[in-house]
Amino acid sequence: MRDVAVVGFAQRQMRDFDGSPTCVELLVPLFKECYEQTGWTRQDVGFWCSGSSDYLAGRSFSFVQAVDAIGVIPPVNESHVEMDLAWAMYEAWIKIQTGEVDTALVYAFGKSSAGVLRRTLSLQLEPYTMTPLWPDTVSLAGLQARAGMDAGLWDERAMAEVVNRSLTDAEKNEWAVRKGGSSVEELLARPMYADPLRKHDCAPVTDGAAAIVLAAGDRAREVCDRPAWITGLSTYVDEMTMSRDLTGSASARRCAEALDLGGVDTAELHAPFSHQELVLRREAGLADDVTINPSGGALASNPMFSAGGIRVGEAARRIWAGDSDKALAHATSGPALQQNFMCTLEVSTGSTTGGNR
Amino acid sequence: MSRTLSAPVTVAFDYTRSTGPVLGRFLTGLRDGVVVGGRTSDGQVVVPPPEYDPVTHQALEDFVEVSPVGTVTSWTWVPEPVKHQPFDRPFAFALVTFDGATKPFLHALDVSSPDEVSTGMRVRVRWAEERVGAITDIACFEPLPAGEEAVPAVAPSGAVDPVTGIVVPVSLDYTYAASPEESAFYRGLEQGRIVGQRCPTCDKVYIPPRAACPSDGTPTAEEVELSHTGTVTTFCIVNVPFLGQRITPPYVSAYILLDGADIAVLHLILDCPADEVRMGMRVKAVWKPEDEWGTTIENISHFAPTDEPDADFETYKQHL
Repeated sequence: MRDVAVVGFAQRQMRDFDGSPTCVELLVPLFKECYEQTGWTRQDVGFWCSGSSDYLAGRSFSFVQAVDAIGVIPPVNESHVEMDLAWAMYEAWIKIQTGEVDTALVYAFGKSSAGVLRRTLSLQLEPYTMTPLWPDTVSLAGLQARAGMDAGLWDERAMAEVVNRSLTDAEKNEWAVRKGGSSVEELLARPMYADPLRKHDCAPVTDGAAAIVLAAGDRAREVCDRPAWITGLSTYVDEMTMSRDLTGSASARRCAEALDLGGVDTAELHAPFSHQELVLRREAGLADDVTINPSGGALASNPMFSAGGIRVGEAARRIWAGDSDKALAHATSGPALQQNFMCTLEVSTGSTTGGNR
Repeated sequence: MSRTLSAPVTVAFDYTRSTGPVLGRFLTGLRDGVVVGGRTSDGQVVVPPPEYDPVTHQALEDFVEVSPVGTVTSWTWVPEPVKHQPFDRPFAFALVTFDGATKPFLHALDVSSPDEVSTGMRVRVRWAEERVGAITDIACFEPLPAGEEAVPAVAPSGAVDPVTGIVVPVSLDYTYAASPEESAFYRGLEQGRIVGQRCPTCDKVYIPPRAACPSDGTPTAEEVELSHTGTVTTFCIVNVPFLGQRITPPYVSAYILLDGADIAVLHLILDCPADEVRMGMRVKAVWKPEDEWGTTIENISHFAPTDEPDADFETYKQHL
């Protein structure tokens, strides 16, 4: 396995992007930031991979027009996943492992506000017995939240504690769409929305884009003083029906089991609903002293197709800054934590502990 | 003024799906008023039946008829239903484990407030009045009246053929926004102007303008007003009628390279016989009456020949 590190990260998150769903005008300055961080030009990028969805954009081949933001003379080595940035990064990591390229810039974008997001996402579901009922994202999460409450695994207070900590931490995040902690009591006094969820238990609809730069070996050391080395990656999915055990996430547990999480001091968990952070903490077996979502997490803002990868970027930033020596980054997709991705980022390459798995 | 122009758009498509033997069996059951589950190798009874056993990965063949009465195992309130959900007023989504099944099934529950629903409550299927072999043949669940342990019998649908396919209409509503550059283009058209933008790096002029030069990725900032006259670079004669066609075939759809632009625009060539249109032909924009103008390319009705000599191939060969 080649040693690969995250060496660049740029993001934009907002409630409502006043621009086209191709987000080209949003991506140009993001790439500029990545070039400034690395000192590269686009000719130094060996592979490009993007994440987005035509259903979100309301147009076909939305990723094709987004390539305008790169510029394609001379032609570029490019790919796309109809998934979150985190999975686009996984593809780029594999591309680097092939030895074909040493560097990659992965990006993702989405204008969630163009349609009714919680309805649009019904198109992710089993198309025979679920989509025709249009079960919205919030409802599916509500079923999961209640299942765990009824099982005694968490309660309203535990969910409010997650929200309060997230919104307090989000005060330091310039990109947070929702921020400002108050108190657990104040949160619990707010009205129920989609019982058992209050509005603050649900991630705000968010537009945005993000980009991550990967580099192998010395190419990483050249451009970054403390590269965030990717020492493990894993992704698993659960069955897509809602008849699985919603109080846990078997796929998240398998993701965690595939990695060495010993020594993790920081975790950026992609939990668009407050109770999902509790599920993920348990499935990953994270100790109480692990710093969770110092960025504020997805409850502060959740740009579709970027928010999972942003967890990787936020974790990497903490490694670069010396605030963390080993971090866990997690991304999710599908209803009620159906699909999961995890990776560990470390200040050293980790090759003495077995390296990539 | 808002930075961008936007308009509502609906994207709709009827997905036609074959069901295969397992989901077909389940949907045939719904049409006939029975709920069919599948027994998996680990002893679970699952509704709808999975196509493959989750443990052995063998095709599932053990079907079980379960009761249309069951127990709520989880529920959530839907305060603001979205389009095409089973109800257009507040309701609950519920996970219900049918009597005879071991895993829960998702559907709507008809109650008027969250106070009327609880985990563990007994519910029954309310069948749709017309059943066609779709998940919506179950209209919803409803609370099981005290003392009752069954579902009123439903009349057979009369159909005997097994369900082999379904049609799922999908319709999504968007507020579609143009980019700021495209918005400038459409606002220009409203004033009778054709506006492009020049790339500061490679000097190419794009119409409609785009946020970045696709050649080099540079933002295109400098506005350029383009001529209303141009050259046909390539074209096709449309002979085939299709849904929504506005002009009787044959007619010509062509790429027109406006003078001063580096990319051609697609428009109609009218006012001459279709078989006289040719590469290099010089054409000019024919605008609709000014009182009909909006922020749309349709302000230009079509392009018509100028009767100038044809353009030299050298002048447009880079733009084919």
